[in-house]
Amino acid sequence: MSKIIGLDTNKLIDDVLKAYPEKTAKERRKHLLQNDPECTSSTCQLKSNVKSRPGVMTSRGCAYAGSKGVVWGPIKDMVHISHGPVGCGQYSWWSRRNYAVGITGINSFVAMHITSDFQENDIVFGGDKKLEQLIREIKEMFPLAKGITIQCECPVGLIGDDIESVARNMTKELGIPVIPVRCEGFRGISQSLGHHIANDSIRDWVLGKVKGSLKKSTSYDVIILGDYNIGGEAWSSRKILEEMGLRVIAQIPGDCTLGELANLPKPRLILVHCYRSTNYLARYLEETYDIPWLEYNFFGPTKIYESIRKIAQKFDEKIIERGEKVIEKYKPIMDAVIEKYRPRLEGKRVMLYVGGLRPRHIVGAYEDLGMVVVATGYEFAHRDDYERTYKELPKNALIYDDPSHYELEKFAEALKPDLVGSGIKEKYVYHKMGMPFRQMHSWDYSGPYHGFDGFPVFARDMDMAVNNPSWKLIKGRKK
Amino acid sequence: MKIQDHVELYKREDYLELFEKKKKDFEETCPEEEINRIIEYTKTEEYKEKNFSRKALTINPAKACQPLGAVLCALGFKDTLPFVHGSQGCVAYFRSHLSRHFKEPVPAVSTSMTEDAAVFGGLSNLIEGLENAYKLYSPRMFAISTTCMAEVIGDDLNAFIKKAKADGVISPNILSPHANTPSFVGSHINGYDSMLRAILSHVSQGLKPAQGEHINIIPGFDTYTGNYREIKRILNMMNIPYILLADISDTLDSPNFGEYEMYPGGTPLSDVVRASGAIATISLQKYSTSKTGEFIRDIWHQPFVDVPYPLGIKNTDILLNVICDLTDKPIPEELLNERGRAVDAMIDSYAYIHGKRFALVGDPDLLLGLISFLLELGGVPVHIVCTNGDESFEEEAYRILEREPLFGKQAKVYIRKDLWHLRSLLFTEPVDFLLGNSYCKALWKDTGVPLIRVGFPIFDRHHMHRMPIIGYQGAINLLTLMVNTILDELDRETKDSPSFDVIR
Repeated sequence: MSKIIGLDTNKLIDDVLKAYPEKTAKERRKHLLQNDPECTSSTCQLKSNVKSRPGVMTSRGCAYAGSKGVVWGPIKDMVHISHGPVGCGQYSWWSRRNYAVGITGINSFVAMHITSDFQENDIVFGGDKKLEQLIREIKEMFPLAKGITIQCECPVGLIGDDIESVARNMTKELGIPVIPVRCEGFRGISQSLGHHIANDSIRDWVLGKVKGSLKKSTSYDVIILGDYNIGGEAWSSRKILEEMGLRVIAQIPGDCTLGELANLPKPRLILVHCYRSTNYLARYLEETYDIPWLEYNFFGPTKIYESIRKIAQKFDEKIIERGEKVIEKYKPIMDAVIEKYRPRLEGKRVMLYVGGLRPRHIVGAYEDLGMVVVATGYEFAHRDDYERTYKELPKNALIYDDPSHYELEKFAEALKPDLVGSGIKEKYVYHKMGMPFRQMHSWDYSGPYHGFDGFPVFARDMDMAVNNPSWKLIKGRKK
Repeated sequence: MKIQDHVELYKREDYLELFEKKKKDFEETCPEEEINRIIEYTKTEEYKEKNFSRKALTINPAKACQPLGAVLCALGFKDTLPFVHGSQGCVAYFRSHLSRHFKEPVPAVSTSMTEDAAVFGGLSNLIEGLENAYKLYSPRMFAISTTCMAEVIGDDLNAFIKKAKADGVISPNILSPHANTPSFVGSHINGYDSMLRAILSHVSQGLKPAQGEHINIIPGFDTYTGNYREIKRILNMMNIPYILLADISDTLDSPNFGEYEMYPGGTPLSDVVRASGAIATISLQKYSTSKTGEFIRDIWHQPFVDVPYPLGIKNTDILLNVICDLTDKPIPEELLNERGRAVDAMIDSYAYIHGKRFALVGDPDLLLGLISFLLELGGVPVHIVCTNGDESFEEEAYRILEREPLFGKQAKVYIRKDLWHLRSLLFTEPVDFLLGNSYCKALWKDTGVPLIRVGFPIFDRHHMHRMPIIGYQGAINLLTLMVNTILDELDRETKDSPSFDVIR
């Protein structure tokens, strides 16, 4: 029996799996774990990054979502073509809250849906001719676009189009980079392969080919990598780094230009925010250019102080000292936030199910408010993500990988959390169950949650969800 | 403690400085003058001409893909699980998209096809998908549609489902209609149509119910749950037995009783069988039910009447007259009173709408309804953009416009055009107001034309879909929304002038 979760975690797992057909239950068992913070990869074998079982109602998306929606989409001065039928671009249009400064349709194209809108003819005769023509038309319509990416949807790979050759020809013809991205939705098993493919296309088509915007290097140059600027939080993170005396020569990809993106090989240190979606580039830069990288976490004061010190250690006394000054400056504000909200949230139990890094990254922020994360899990994590997760969670907490809608609902019924943090597909299920809920992909249209400016907003929002009086109005159905 | 979130933070000096410094030092953006030159250029006739000569490029289209419509349709039936054969990302998108509009859970499953399925076909995915979904979610009906992946590789749904049943993976009694819904043909309204036809055909197949006294109503791809409740209220008031097919009102607007129910509503499946014995079927949306209509006429041998979308007075009159003709029932006094109140409200408010110029965006049936309603109020439709409209829609739209030449003659109908085309039009031939979905707020931002939110999706305002816009009551609701948006605008315009009035 786990004190933290109030139930025998392993028994709970086994009970929930009883509903599945035997084969699926056996497979799913490997994706569910009773946590041991001392876990190592040899003792904890949580299976991940394999195919979702058909029909179970997974929350996962696809490679296109990982590339167009996540990695490439926020690069603001490039036009990203949703190449294929109309739907994918429609559903991912303006929905991720990766803020960008600029004028939409003039020099920023993040909040747009630009598509080849495939028709039957394009499937039968191929879409390359159309692609060529529409790239020319993009140049006419958006003369300030600095580049173009071709984000493939499922049919493109199935009908055998040669978008690479179109990309090469059009790069020559138009004089701006036109980048093919083979992120057809059927590739891989989740968004994750889309991140990888997008990373590789940046490596192959940007690095060494596009000139970076940086004129002169300093010994304090860093890059923020893998911050999507949801609700603008790459900015609230950047602010901390700048106050520490560092120079952020690019924040990638949130609110990023092609010129900044091409600065990738130039910093002293790469600061990796979302490890899952950008570690491929970080490793490549380390191997090729000998640039070190470091993961950090600006979520909640405890982790922010820790990260400031960890980052400062990579530089000199001056930065270490300024880092301490920054902590000194903001600590009273953070303490005041905690003083206000902790009494209202102390001991509340949280269940999370999110994407790339948040299932582990945000645990500390909840703990700063006195809350306990009793269950967490990822949509598309790999083994190295889980290895980073075990130690962040209490003993016997529940960890799930790619849980189905059914599993999550049953776990929630048994665990009775005070707060659920997940996505839009989950939100209203838990509203119906009378469970306070916050979307932890989009910050539920609020934010930022990172950095010193973000934590007060986070605390306010969690308090609002848990303590709103409307929950008390729910009455059961007359039986 | 004053907590500042994204609303205040990014207007704060420290952030503005951060943006400025980032731009200057690292972004390599174009010089301000160049940006301003392009902004102005995009407002010109010259740009508009280029914009309208696009052949291959689509920018901000007002349409979604077929399987989304199939999923919406499936959600209108009791104990039915939308089941989509193909890549799994599509289903994640449909669920998100519909949840963002309805603020409701949207259950749907995918067969999660990946590269191996692209090579070997999706048979094993479909079979395992049915088995898992049946065990976990025990639906009585799987409403099976396809993504473009399954369509391109040419999976044979019919054979696959037969095999699943023959192998005993799911019981042969489980209903399993299937529709091919390629996203590279038509739009969400066609997916709705195909799925509905498949459900009616599959569920009623081989069954011969007694001839009933009831009529069937098909709402079409209608995302106002309030409209479903309104049509039911009207028919109840008229004391007419009816079956509302694909009724999403209780699945996508379900009460909160503190527990999650996966199938909280929808048309009972037994009613689908009974529907084949109805006096007639009335469709409220012609363009999203054309295949279904053919089926009802040819296979059910039942009269199928597609009335104009009952938005506004005249269209509601037509609907009620059709119902009365089919059922020999009179229009109850209560409804006549409602009509009278709606007309009264319109007469009280026309002064603010008469002569105002409007741009309209939406699905074909909704647009035809809106045109008709605007003409009743003396509004002037100017630009009518229908990304998923065809030539017959275009012709019909002009026919309606010609009925009131004084107000209708300025209008131009643009089929297969998108919101970027409309952006040009709003600059070169300005209008006073814009009727359209949430995405149109980008046009409001660029051109300053106030947006009145009508249609789908509406993501950025709450609960609008719960209020009906059809019937006489719907006319009052839509009128209220329109006239008050106009009056808000009037206040904004006059707030620094002596004509800032309290009585309007």
